[in-house]
Amino acid sequence: MGKIDVYPTVAWSAGAGCHGGCGQKLFVEDGKMVKIEGDENHPFNQGRSCPRVLALTQYMYHEDRITQPMKRVGERGSGKFEPISWDDAFDYCETEMSKIKDQYGPESIVFAQGTGRDIGGPISFLAYSFGSPNWVQLGLSGQSCYTPRLGAMKAVQGDFGVSDCSQFLEDRYDDPEWEVPEVIIVWGQHPPNGCPDAFFGHWIVDCMKRGTKIISMDPRNTWMTGRAEHHLKLRPGTDGAMALGMLNVILGEGLEDKKFCDKWVHGMDELRERAAEYPVERVAQITGVPAEEIAEAARFFANAKRGSIHWGVPIDMCPDGTSVAHGIICLWAITGNIDIPGGQVIARPSHEVSSYPYSTEALVDLYGEELVKTLTEKRIGADAYKMVKNFRGWAQPDMVIDQIMTGEPYPIKGAWIQTANVLGGQAARANFHYEALKKLEFVAVVDLFHNPTTMALADIVLPSSTFPEKDSFRSWWAPLSIIKKRVQVGDCKTDWEINFELAKRFNPEGTQRWGSPMDYFNERLAPSGKTFEDMEEAGGWLMPEDGPAKPYRRHERGLLRQDGEPGFNTRSGKIEVYCTAYEDWDLDPLPFYTEPPQSPISTPELHKKYPLIMITGARSQLYFHSELRGIPWLREKEPDPYVEVHPETAKEYDVYDGEWIYLKNDLGKVKRKVMITERVKPTEIQTLHGWWMPEQEGAEPNLFGVWDYQINQLVPGPQESQSGFGGGQYKTTLVTLEKFEQGAAANG
Amino acid sequence: MAKYGMLIDYDFCTGCHSCEVACQQEHNYPVGKNGIRVTEHEYDTGEKIKIDFMPFLTDLCDLCMPRVAEGEKPACVKHCQSACMEFGLTKDLAKTLGDKSKVVLYTVQPG
Ligand code: SF4
Ligand code: SF4
Ligand code: SF4
Repeated sequence: MGKIDVYPTVAWSAGAGCHGGCGQKLFVEDGKMVKIEGDENHPFNQGRSCPRVLALTQYMYHEDRITQPMKRVGERGSGKFEPISWDDAFDYCETEMSKIKDQYGPESIVFAQGTGRDIGGPISFLAYSFGSPNWVQLGLSGQSCYTPRLGAMKAVQGDFGVSDCSQFLEDRYDDPEWEVPEVIIVWGQHPPNGCPDAFFGHWIVDCMKRGTKIISMDPRNTWMTGRAEHHLKLRPGTDGAMALGMLNVILGEGLEDKKFCDKWVHGMDELRERAAEYPVERVAQITGVPAEEIAEAARFFANAKRGSIHWGVPIDMCPDGTSVAHGIICLWAITGNIDIPGGQVIARPSHEVSSYPYSTEALVDLYGEELVKTLTEKRIGADAYKMVKNFRGWAQPDMVIDQIMTGEPYPIKGAWIQTANVLGGQAARANFHYEALKKLEFVAVVDLFHNPTTMALADIVLPSSTFPEKDSFRSWWAPLSIIKKRVQVGDCKTDWEINFELAKRFNPEGTQRWGSPMDYFNERLAPSGKTFEDMEEAGGWLMPEDGPAKPYRRHERGLLRQDGEPGFNTRSGKIEVYCTAYEDWDLDPLPFYTEPPQSPISTPELHKKYPLIMITGARSQLYFHSELRGIPWLREKEPDPYVEVHPETAKEYDVYDGEWIYLKNDLGKVKRKVMITERVKPTEIQTLHGWWMPEQEGAEPNLFGVWDYQINQLVPGPQESQSGFGGGQYKTTLVTLEKFEQGAAANG
Repeated sequence: MAKYGMLIDYDFCTGCHSCEVACQQEHNYPVGKNGIRVTEHEYDTGEKIKIDFMPFLTDLCDLCMPRVAEGEKPACVKHCQSACMEFGLTKDLAKTLGDKSKVVLYTVQPG
């Protein structure tokens, strides 16, 4: 036995799967990671760790892990792949991709990502170096994962904002500058289930221990709702009405922070008028929450000296998610909670470091004029939606898959898929995605394991790395961190290494100043005044110093605007509850409510046929989307895809606890195991997404059982919001429950 | 009296499973074997539905004595995401019980 060395690093998928960024200590013996433990000196998690990261050795050294590039040798879907060298793999990708580029233009290859890993940097680097503007979260209807909320925050208040749980301060809860929030509205999330978006879920629990009261906005009962001061069990998808109802109470009763609003908020009169259209009685009718409960929660929030709102993906997934987010932003804004200790703090990338450039000048410098022109002219969805055109560089996912199917207005012939099990994961109308993607001439998938997507589509699979195997960095809020490679598994390469090599081949001029990804990292890190090596010497992470990236009250101190004046980073310098950016984008400048496309109210006939509202997409502590079902320590704790069914509903449908049944609607049927529980209301059911069975046959037609278990087969599309961002009926699809025998009889 | 014990403020246990996987990793226990098990309890108080969790130490728990000897916390205690577990001398932990609600004290005779 060799000596065991212990190295610190920072987590960012793959393996744990999350967007956290906790400190971890890797125990390495003879070049192999034998154990992982949380880093007690890291301010993000203070040693604490989720079960997924603690099971990382089982993931890294799993017998199914792909450790060499694999080229398809049989028919697509046959599951027959042969190992090839990296040189051959790169040559093959270059040749095939160049063929498509020469014949149809670079925009004819889409670059599809899911979530997880430090993916944004490397995939945009490759897409743009290749010359394609079509970088997309393929399958995710409405790009409904944080992007709608981010876009709304940028438009309304000029900056992003998060609940202040002291995460920007090195001494955390002990820092005298920080104050305990009196109240946090937890809106559409169960934070203990994971670490979304640079936020350690249990920070909310830390605050609760210190006295913070919770208002839960959640259709379900959870650990947290049972401990909440107010629990508003709204009908799924009605969040927009709820926000307006609360605004109505606050403004109607004069509970807003008048001093703050006078000075810093633009459009109070217009907002007041709009909110007046949503009296609590009306909102009670829409949401199913009694009027008095809504009013009390609104008063409780408005009367608190400091409070914040921690929100989740259900907001994006409301029809018109960007407007729902707008309404919620108004709540924290008019109560004067912005950028105060224990409030809603402005969140900027640490040290103003970004993973990838986005200014036009930087893009021209790196990728040339032509790419920038293509980004506006050829990017799918940029024409249809002004918000899509003006906020971030994404192509619009619902439109991309339609275009792949129709070839209009121009053909799509190839896909580079990285960190995305499209077919087993996020794809609404999953079968349609399958049919459309099957038509492509060339598909490369970068992943760590085979999954339904690699099996059904890949011509080549390139093996990527877990975080202990890679060098990278992150500046997502705080602290600025480096991820340091400590071990190597097989021939795996990191996403950065893979994309860097290919990008160099496609864009030798633009990329010539970098010899390796490390050169590029150092350039990105430059605003911090540190190199990767400096960061390593400093212990791997740095909290932001006083300046634009560190709270508090930056709007008063002139730290948010380019011109150095006090104010917010918007046109008016104020928080625009009347949003001029939305106005520019032909969107309603005030928050409004849209009823979900399928619901007891909008489709009463369909509701008769399919009387249960299905909520999907919640997080398990043990899995990350469609990942990790093959990890023994995790799978044993949640072996089956269950569906939560209220006891009354179970009685009505005559199903017992543990019974396998189908969930069904006009789009198909999917297997689930009944869990009888009062976590849900009788009118709703809840089930996790991302299920496929790695232990089953992978080759077609079985594809790891994906068509038996992929719940998003039942979710229709396209359903993006008016802004192009938001929507997708992941939380509000109508279904029914069918017993196995009953189905057999019907089929026979 | 067992020298060492574990105090768990179970009101804050979120059922996150970290203690379970931490224990399995620490002892290299296969599936099915664990020093700690977390169970869920769902009930109606008349006002609300509560979902509570209760970690239970099994006979396989050795209180991580080898770690403790090295000055480390037990693996579960260290990684608990709610920081609701405390390891220490039973007599010290017992003294604090009177001031707390919803805690359990497990005593284990280390082998
Ligand atoms: S989910 Fe949280 S604890 Fe787990 S790896 Fe991510 S940041 Fe770390
Ligand atoms: S103290 Fe150690 S042995 Fe006991 S449950 Fe915790 S991790 Fe397992
Ligand atoms: S780690 Fe802590 S919070 Fe998580 S299940 Fe165990 S005792 Fe509960």
